[in-house]
Amino acid sequence: MTEVSLRNVIKRYGTQQAVHGIDLEIENGEFVVLVGPSGCGKSTTLRMIAGLEAISDGEVSIGGRVVNDLPPRERNISMVFQNYALYPHMTVRENLGFSLTIAKRPEDEIVRAVDEAAGILGLDELMDRKPAALSGGQRQRVAMGRAIVRHPDVFLFDEPLSNLDAKLRSQMRVEIKKLHQKVDSTIIYVTHDQVEAMTLADRIVLMRDGRIEQVGTPLQLFEQPVNIFVAGFIGSPPMNQLAGTVEGDAISLGEVYVPIPSSVRGQLSNGQKVIFGFRADNLTPVGHGLREKGETTQLDLRVHLTEPLGTETLLFATLAGAEIQGKMLNPRPVAPGEDLTFNLMLDRCHVFDAATGNAIGRT
Amino acid sequence: MRRRLPEWFVLLLPAFIVIAAVVLIPLIFSLYSSFTPYKLTRPSTLWRWVGTYNYQKILTDANFWAAFGRTVLFLTIVLNVELLLGLGIALMVNRVTWGQRTLRTILMFPMMFSPILVGFQFKFIFNDNVGLVNNVLQSLGITDMALPWLVDGRLAMFSIVFAEVWMSTSVFAILILAGLFAMPRDPLEAAEVDGCTPWQTFRHITLPFLMPFIYIAMTIRSLDVARAYDIVQIMTGGGPARRTELLWTLMSRTGYVDARMGLANAMGYVSIILSILFTIYFFRKLSAARAEIGLEG
Ligand SMILES: Nc1ncnc2c1ncn2[C@@H]1O[C@H](COP(=O)(O)OP(=O)(O)O)[C@@H](O)[C@H]1O
Ligand SMILES: [Mg+2]
Repeated sequence: MTEVSLRNVIKRYGTQQAVHGIDLEIENGEFVVLVGPSGCGKSTTLRMIAGLEAISDGEVSIGGRVVNDLPPRERNISMVFQNYALYPHMTVRENLGFSLTIAKRPEDEIVRAVDEAAGILGLDELMDRKPAALSGGQRQRVAMGRAIVRHPDVFLFDEPLSNLDAKLRSQMRVEIKKLHQKVDSTIIYVTHDQVEAMTLADRIVLMRDGRIEQVGTPLQLFEQPVNIFVAGFIGSPPMNQLAGTVEGDAISLGEVYVPIPSSVRGQLSNGQKVIFGFRADNLTPVGHGLREKGETTQLDLRVHLTEPLGTETLLFATLAGAEIQGKMLNPRPVAPGEDLTFNLMLDRCHVFDAATGNAIGRT
Repeated sequence: MRRRLPEWFVLLLPAFIVIAAVVLIPLIFSLYSSFTPYKLTRPSTLWRWVGTYNYQKILTDANFWAAFGRTVLFLTIVLNVELLLGLGIALMVNRVTWGQRTLRTILMFPMMFSPILVGFQFKFIFNDNVGLVNNVLQSLGITDMALPWLVDGRLAMFSIVFAEVWMSTSVFAILILAGLFAMPRDPLEAAEVDGCTPWQTFRHITLPFLMPFIYIAMTIRSLDVARAYDIVQIMTGGGPARRTELLWTLMSRTGYVDARMGLANAMGYVSIILSILFTIYFFRKLSAARAEIGLEG
């Protein structure tokens, strides 16, 4: 139960720089997810916090104590690795108890702690097996059990679910969330999957190329992305993005014109190149949206593909030469080629400067 | 009409013939001759059957059992020293990041020499008058005597062990290094996070993983050392006065110097038991160690 802070943390591999000065304050008990495309430096950052990777520059402190020069064993952290990293020659019981055995804790305390962890994770049946005789999901549980047995100050997870199949992954996601509620420790969790990030995090740290793009709650990142990259990375389906030009009171997207949303009115100059972005949720056929009032504009579009999902149907259409997606709530069957009138919620739209990619009206 | 031989038989026939010629027939011949008083100088003795006479003689032969015991002792010392040195070398080479390839090649050099030459080399190095060791000891003023490296029983054994270790430690080093290369990094890091000191990580994670590799090296080397001959023969010839006599120098003396080939062959069969026992022992250990790290036995 400790806060973690990173001050201008840099990692160099030879002449190449992998992490370019990360600043981050993580509060006690917070669940922070580092997310970003693969190769963006998430693992490197996490491993510097763990002490498995030397810190080239800057400062990492855990619980107010600078740990730059401390080996992992003196940081009181637990780490769950992507490929589990179980000890192959030990049984599940020995794997779970290893850290306590090393710490020379009394036997009965070890037994108690191991049994408790096994109970939480449902491992009781597997205690005498070796890792080779476990399935992927079971190994994952053991790895998590090994982490919780020692009651660390900070849990570090490096893509713990990426080797599991989709169903197991969503189950384990819930388990991890429950675990966090139960143990109440600080958790730093790395993933490249934005769904995991959205569902688990108190706060998301979105990284790209060794830099932080945006830090915020899942809803902040979803509703107020600071740039095109964040807008495209968070949310599924990805945000529709169309190139346009400011022309008076409207943004011209080729032959189609949409009014400038009031939130950015006055912050655009005539002739400015912009990217106009909106999510599928905010482009809905008339009569099939969440709300019809507010600041909206109407677009006539031809639907050329549908993806029924049950409670909603994704509609694919072409706008100004680009493929975009809309959403139909309370769906009715739509035939390919059907022409529909859509409501576009302008107050939910995003305008980005085309040159910098930064969101306008939100800096 | 002649019946044709089955195809598989015809195809395997050359292999059968070669194996029979180079393995089976000599084996049967030597086994047979161990039941005769066969002397190389008098071929007719090959046809006199004496039953288990040779074997009975061996059982009560103090020289044979002394050589047997000395061989076991030699084997034990050499294997353990080579294991420790090989492990140390492998761990160090594994940490080297620059020039490791060259280092690995250099490591193999001793194995590239003929054992005979190694024997001569150390015979010179340990020579009590002109040898390197005594020269160094004397010019450093550590001793003013000429230590009898190849004459005193203990010292001679030490010298031979030294030569054997010098030549073959790299077998352990190379095999253990292979183990270290194959070792997954993750459990090591997990152990570090779990609170292990470097020594504890080595003891609880690295070593169990290396055990199969160590037992493979042990098996290979135990077979090798149990038939140690050339180095000993060159350095001391088993002497002086049998003080460094090992099984194979004894056998060759019995067979070729005393010309009692029948008796020598019988000794060979008894001493093979030693090799078989060691092999079985290390293979058991190997299976257990493999099962231990989650590989199939
Ligand atoms: N040991 C290393 N040597 C050199 N470059 C490395 C090393 N480890 C990682 N990198 C580089 O650092 C960058 C970040 O890697 P990593 O933190 O593993 O990314 P990810 O976000 O996928 O976890 C990548 O470009 C990778 O190539
Ligand atoms: Mg990674």
